[in-house]
Amino acid sequence: MADSGYTSDEMMTVTAARHLRDGQVCFVGIGLPSEAANLARLSHAPNVVLIYESGTIGTTPDILPLSIGDGELAETADFVVSVPEVFAYWLQAGRVDVGFLSAAQIDRYGNLNTTVIGAYERPDVRLPGAGGAPEIASSAQEVIVMLRHRRRAFVPEVDFVTSVGFGRSGEGRDGHRGAGPTVVITDLGVLEPDPETHELRLVAVHPGVEVDRVRAETGWDLVVADDLRVTSPPAPDELAMLRELKARTEAAHAG
Amino acid sequence: MAEFASLRDAVSDLVPDGVSVAMEGFTHLIPFAAGHELIRQGKRDLTLIRMTPDVIYDQIIGMGCARRLVFSWGGNPGVGSLHRFRDAVQNGNPHPLEIEEHSHAGMTVRYTAGASGLPFGVLRGYTGSDLVDHTSVAPIACPFTGEEVAAVPALNPDVTIIHAQQADRAGNIGMWGITGVQKEAALAAKTVIVTVEEIVDELDRSGPNHVVLPHWTVTAIAEVPRGSHPSYSLGYSKRDNRFYTDWDRISRDPETFRKWVEVYILDQDDFGGYLSLVEDGSVLEEVLGG
Repeated sequence: MADSGYTSDEMMTVTAARHLRDGQVCFVGIGLPSEAANLARLSHAPNVVLIYESGTIGTTPDILPLSIGDGELAETADFVVSVPEVFAYWLQAGRVDVGFLSAAQIDRYGNLNTTVIGAYERPDVRLPGAGGAPEIASSAQEVIVMLRHRRRAFVPEVDFVTSVGFGRSGEGRDGHRGAGPTVVITDLGVLEPDPETHELRLVAVHPGVEVDRVRAETGWDLVVADDLRVTSPPAPDELAMLRELKARTEAAHAG
Repeated sequence: MAEFASLRDAVSDLVPDGVSVAMEGFTHLIPFAAGHELIRQGKRDLTLIRMTPDVIYDQIIGMGCARRLVFSWGGNPGVGSLHRFRDAVQNGNPHPLEIEEHSHAGMTVRYTAGASGLPFGVLRGYTGSDLVDHTSVAPIACPFTGEEVAAVPALNPDVTIIHAQQADRAGNIGMWGITGVQKEAALAAKTVIVTVEEIVDELDRSGPNHVVLPHWTVTAIAEVPRGSHPSYSLGYSKRDNRFYTDWDRISRDPETFRKWVEVYILDQDDFGGYLSLVEDGSVLEEVLGG
């Protein structure tokens, strides 16, 4: 936290939350995305519609779920549908504005890996796998990616494309409904794909973060936007709301 | 036609070694009691099918009951890795595990095709993903427009096992809340075993997203209160998030894991014994500390 009064994770969550607009329909992954999406709902976007892949639609949990199917999600949902239905009628048919994803690895073209580190047949690390991500990446109108900015995660080429961004060689998104990753939010800054080359470039750093540090934590030769911005730090009410949400959550899960 | 039985008899009679078993329940209503019974009876060479292997399959895989796993997301939800699953895939412990993995959407379409009596199902999916090189998915052209979509083969488990809130005395099953893919998994299978929280005179249909499986689609029903622990049964129990967090410590080391299974599963006659140990937290500290 040092002297800034907030942590880099809090900066990341607040930045991601700000990217959700009120009234959008958002398909939420568990973990960091769930935290950001619920912060948005509790602050500037009260009418955001949160969908979890467990089939809970329009859910308004008071605490963050530990799993994607906690009882709190079903009890506070507008309605609950089966898992086949949530993927077919709601995601595949194009009824989701924003997909919120995280990953173990991301490459310069926004492709995401949640499957293996190393070779598929003999992995060094076996990760959980695809889950809902490949179709969220393909069918949501746009995708917001959130992950901590580390060199082992920001690699030139992912070991396995679980969920496609702009393809292995940045070829683009023919055959996909959605626009793909429009923004990647990390604990150091914000990246966006270049409209021409589709390569992720740094468009903003968080307060106090040097560009050199972002470069050092990125596994490819990172392009920095000419008009590089500095993110506004978390406002006191944003921070308070996030901390209360996490405190409520920890108290509930300890029980 | 549904028959009421003990869980021990249902598993012993209906789940021979070597069959394919789907035990579904999407975070909610996971049939843990039945999973323990498979371990207690020392089943072997099973093909396990489940969208999210979860702790239930981590236990079964860790005890060497499975030869093959068909799945779409193998983590400990909100906690991290499934260590026994990882150890099996990365190091072949306790023996090698064949895997076939899909996306969630792909698995739901596979089950739906199976339940519908179709040879395959279609979806917009897998596009641009390396999964296409490692799993059973193929492109197919729409015969009407020529548009290309993904085809995945139907999934028809030999046995599907699920946990539900209620059965009535005629054997109709009632469940509600997050019902996942259980209806499709049950209707896709040749044999269906259901554990329930309670057998009632009349199903309570007031809960959200109420689903009925009629008695003529179910093979055997066993009453096992809290049979979904550490998952939960909406209206009956809460998810034991603490257990899922503890599982990380229990399962990380194969020896500790084995000891846990011996104390909590193999040394118990039934799920009731396990539940008593769970209530008594001191036993866990003994297993972890010893």
